[in-house]
Amino acid sequence: MTFNDKIKISGLFAYICFVAASFIFNFNPGKLIGINFYSFSIEMLKLLPCAFILIGLFEVWVKRKTVEKHLGAKSGFRGYLWAVLIAGTTVGGLYVAFPIAYSLHTKGAKLSIIFTYIGASAICRVPMTIFEASFMGIKFSIIRLLTSLLLVIATSMLLGHYLTKRKYKILPGK
Amino acid sequence: MYYLYILTLLALLISVFKSVDKTSKAVKIALKKFINILPAFLSMLILVSIILFLIPDKIILKYLGDNNKIVGIMLASFFGSVTLMPGFIAFPLCGILLKKGVTYMVLSAFSTTLMMVGVLTYPIEKEYFGTRVTILRNVFSFFIAIVVAFMTGIFFGEIW
Repeated sequence: MTFNDKIKISGLFAYICFVAASFIFNFNPGKLIGINFYSFSIEMLKLLPCAFILIGLFEVWVKRKTVEKHLGAKSGFRGYLWAVLIAGTTVGGLYVAFPIAYSLHTKGAKLSIIFTYIGASAICRVPMTIFEASFMGIKFSIIRLLTSLLLVIATSMLLGHYLTKRKYKILPGK
Repeated sequence: MYYLYILTLLALLISVFKSVDKTSKAVKIALKKFINILPAFLSMLILVSIILFLIPDKIILKYLGDNNKIVGIMLASFFGSVTLMPGFIAFPLCGILLKKGVTYMVLSAFSTTLMMVGVLTYPIEKEYFGTRVTILRNVFSFFIAIVVAFMTGIFFGEIW
């Protein structure tokens, strides 16, 4: 057990004691905090099981490697679609996307496609979107996805165009 | 909320029909992920339960609610840009704030900047893309998030 864990566990313990004591001695602020915690937890528990099961199913049935193999780097409009699909199946945040972007670059994917991939892996990873739609509603997710994807593709084209002229290269990172 | 239950049930049924093996694997993955995220989740719920007690709903709504849209979007996109939070924590938090009356528009600004703009990941990003491109990408992303927030506002009728 690390030092950090010890702090967290003592914090949790202190929190539970505080809330329990507040209920026993009728200390209003503590009671309100406890009620907050309870109502938020209930909200979470209503949605979390579904979200996690959908994510589990997604991970079992769709793998990034298979998507990559079936699609291959395409050019033109389909290239952007491909970048978005690969991004959708990327697990983890931006820092996972950077090395993948570098390897796509070495395999010859265009800069604009790579920036699309980076942007898309920030905004349309499927597991995260499942979570989003569960808590914010599907309408919210659709508006956000459509708007941000179109803008990501547009700005990636601009950036790609500008940087290709300057013979820009992505670095291998550390 | 019901469509989520129906969708999950439907997906599970189709999956079981196709392969019982893979379905049980999926449920195991779901359980494992749930357990892995639980400590972070608990910390978030505890912190939020305290913070939302300390900051009265009135104050939250004054800055992030319906009557101060520009300030709300600015605040939300600032916090979204400078913090680092996995989506598994961020969206439940947004859900809680939504119930408190924070607008979709503000939450959209927050979650989109959180996902796209990385002030804290800047050092990592720089190693791959160099300083100038990293700054360009982040600035573009910030403006994309603002546009997304306004689109959300339009579609949820929060802008007027």
